[in-house]
Amino acid sequence: MEPSAKYLYYPGCSLKGTGIAYEESLLTTFRLLELPIKELPDWNCCGATNYMSVSETSATLLAARNLALARQTGSRDLLAPCNACYLTLRKSQELVAHYPKIAHEVEQFLEQAGLPRLDSVRVRHVLEVLYTDVGVERLRELTVRRLQGVRMASYYGCQAVRPYGEVDDPHEPTRMDQILKAVGVDVVEYNLKTKCCGGALTGTIHDVGVRLNYILLKEAMRQGAQAIVTICPLCQFNLDAYQAEIRKQTGEPIDMPIFYLTQIVGWALGGDVRELGLHRAISGKKLIEQWFTVKKEAETYV
Amino acid sequence: MSEQRNGHVRIGVYICHCGANIADTVDVKAVAEYAATLPGVVISREYKYMCSDPGQELIQKDIEEHAINRVVVAACSPTLHENTFRGAAERAGLNPFFVQMVNIREHDSWVHSDREAATVKAKDLVRAAVMRVYFHKPLEKRRVPIHPEVLVVGGGIAGIHAALTVANSGKRVYLVEREPTIGGHMAQYDKTFPTLDCAACILTPKMSAVRAHPNITLWTYSEVVSVDGSVGDYKVVVKRKPRYVHEDLCVGCLQCIETCVYKDSKFDDEFNLGLSKRKPIYIPFAQATPKVVVIDPDACIQLKTGKCKKSCMEACVERGAIDFAQKETYEEIHVGSIIIATGFQTFDPRRMPQYGYGKYPNVYNTLEVERLVNASGPTSGQVITRDGRVPKSVGIVLCVGSRDENTNRWCSRVCCMTSLKLAHLIKEHTGAEVYIFYIDMRAAGKGYEEFYQRVLNEGVHFIRGRVAEITDWALDPSEAGKLVARVEDTNTGFVRRIPLDMVVLAVGLEPQPDAHEVQRMFGISCSLDGFFLEKHPKLAPAPTYTDGIFIAGLCHGPKDIPDTVMQAGYAAAEAIALADTGFFELEPNTAYVVEEECSGCKTCVPLCPYQAVTFNEEKQKAFINEVLCKGCGTCVAACPSGSIKQNLFEDEEIYSEIEGVLAYA
Repeated sequence: MEPSAKYLYYPGCSLKGTGIAYEESLLTTFRLLELPIKELPDWNCCGATNYMSVSETSATLLAARNLALARQTGSRDLLAPCNACYLTLRKSQELVAHYPKIAHEVEQFLEQAGLPRLDSVRVRHVLEVLYTDVGVERLRELTVRRLQGVRMASYYGCQAVRPYGEVDDPHEPTRMDQILKAVGVDVVEYNLKTKCCGGALTGTIHDVGVRLNYILLKEAMRQGAQAIVTICPLCQFNLDAYQAEIRKQTGEPIDMPIFYLTQIVGWALGGDVRELGLHRAISGKKLIEQWFTVKKEAETYV
Repeated sequence: MSEQRNGHVRIGVYICHCGANIADTVDVKAVAEYAATLPGVVISREYKYMCSDPGQELIQKDIEEHAINRVVVAACSPTLHENTFRGAAERAGLNPFFVQMVNIREHDSWVHSDREAATVKAKDLVRAAVMRVYFHKPLEKRRVPIHPEVLVVGGGIAGIHAALTVANSGKRVYLVEREPTIGGHMAQYDKTFPTLDCAACILTPKMSAVRAHPNITLWTYSEVVSVDGSVGDYKVVVKRKPRYVHEDLCVGCLQCIETCVYKDSKFDDEFNLGLSKRKPIYIPFAQATPKVVVIDPDACIQLKTGKCKKSCMEACVERGAIDFAQKETYEEIHVGSIIIATGFQTFDPRRMPQYGYGKYPNVYNTLEVERLVNASGPTSGQVITRDGRVPKSVGIVLCVGSRDENTNRWCSRVCCMTSLKLAHLIKEHTGAEVYIFYIDMRAAGKGYEEFYQRVLNEGVHFIRGRVAEITDWALDPSEAGKLVARVEDTNTGFVRRIPLDMVVLAVGLEPQPDAHEVQRMFGISCSLDGFFLEKHPKLAPAPTYTDGIFIAGLCHGPKDIPDTVMQAGYAAAEAIALADTGFFELEPNTAYVVEEECSGCKTCVPLCPYQAVTFNEEKQKAFINEVLCKGCGTCVAACPSGSIKQNLFEDEEIYSEIEGVLAYA
């Protein structure tokens, strides 16, 4: 693979499965922004948070293989759009940097596998790339259509900004709001930006998981949001998939589209519904149809 | 070593045990025995405490009985006891600069554990000193006279107390304060802990005493703009900002404020932290000292546009105190010493957005609540939130901007007690349930722990844990319309949500925003935290490394009122002692120019950080003012012809010291 691809894309399991719309919208957005992006060849599972809690060393080895593969390509930026992948890869780097025992095991493992040592690979998140490498002003300039008058809440999930604070301010993240405003969306105040979506609880202790999603959806509605924008495939899936169940349980008329940031940005840049995966939504279909049906005459060009 | 060059040298070496401090790690006996073998050494001894009277007498006796004329003491740091041993030599009739100290404690025994290696190091260091002291010359200490007047910078409680103490001793004092009134932060407090004395009641008499004192010249609304000179003779320029009111003519009748064309007070009142409003012409608070009004040039129509009917002037027509043409003036004064008491600022909690200060109106900082509970404050002492409610539940969050590696690492020392006091007062005023969120309760001080117990018994809830966030998001209807503190109660292990009507952030204390400019202007140092650095943390906590400049109060680090007053009194005592002695002895380790060798290249002139080097145009030679020279050696090193030398650091002294330390035994 040619080293000219600035961004190495690490999909992780979600972006090839339930989060396929994230991959579609990400690649489309990068294409529209003319950012070179290539998928990391022969990547493996990041281990996610679960493995990390069972065995830090083994989990680090798993992540280290991906980092070493990235190192081998000569690209510096490893793009992990999924929050769990991002955090696991980032955390592995920290463990290797600060714990000589783990670093030693990783070194030995990589040597056996014939892989290069870990250095100078930067783990990046999509939000951070859009904010830092592209910039809010550039996104504003490149916007070709605006979702006039649509109110959205930005939601980060628990893993993107903490503990490293590199994706956004860990206490008061605002970068997603700035990007959304730049591409023409009205952003509502939302205090639960980093509150838990339930993660895997929706599959294990279902009631608790669903209740956590209910809290997030309900507060977004109270703040006047018509949709929620996420940057994590698990957050998106949890918020999107259980709305019918929540409606049934609570009797509240919740039916709200849950987007990926790249879907909204990609749309503003001129991407179409299918290539942004907007057709894959479970909830809020009516609104999605209303907002995104591309009829030339109905579009608001800037 | 030639005896001809430096007389008949007889060196005495004294190795100190410092109890076990040195002797445990260094074989002092072996070092003493080794020293005895070095050339020029006549006597070598070890003793348990060289600094004790018997230890010093040992040296004196040897000088008298054995004609010792060079002394090497291997003990602790010279900053601790160099003067002790120089004094001993002097008492026995020896020039004190024939004494050389070797630091085998801080540089050796305290930092090593290998006894054998530490002993070798001690021998090396002693050998170096022996070889150096051989070349020492007799030097004379020079005395500079001390101008008896004293400048005090900052008119908070520290500056007030220092000024009064110095003035009461009969010395003339200049007190410079940049705000329109003296009083500082203490004037804003309601009660003082732990006795609940009213802060104003104990402060304002001292403010009046400053105003009335015949020995004090009080310049408020003024700032020091330049400082020149050195101990005993500082030339200071003070800028007096225009208040557009003649201080000597205004009697403080306040008629002008009433008649101001602004019928309503529209501008944030600084003294009440914006919780109330004032007019463009105002007096900071009722007991302001001097009781003279001041005009805010950013708010006054006349000063902004020149188009006001000036009703204030009409009201003051008889006295004619108001003068829109007033300009800033500069006063130059000479003082012998300076006490810096420039205070602190409170931490801006906007830097911790998770606590919602500036976002939720009912989140306050402790200083604002001091004003709220104060009977002469913006609400006349009624605790009412910004949305007009009497709070039923109040949470006080400790360590906001203290003990936190993301903001300030230090403990601000007063917040625990301030919070206990405010908890008591809020409960007394409103009957609210009060929660204190703490990491550790620190109540060290006279009567402080007892006050803590009292507040505990009053039913204030103490929750041990750092608050994660203050939010207005309600999890259930019981929280609706309230603020919620989300906190891990580390005593029970549960994450709790505490609904509150009012949140008080106990903000930490920080150096003033311009502390670094002040530090540079006065030529003193700052510690890592940005507070001014004292000369010694234990034994000289008010003097600085710059002779004749003392620090007092919060500019030196967080402390409560009694500690501030004590330090201010101590700084004043030092200034008085300096003035009463009438002179200051300078270290003779100054640089001097060997004129015959100076080529007049002027390389040294701009390098001197103390402006001690000047150029004599007539002679075309550099000249060093010994009074200003601090002996840093910069010019000595820079001189291309080697014509600048330095006492106690002559080439032969340094080279033989290096030779000594490198020559393995």
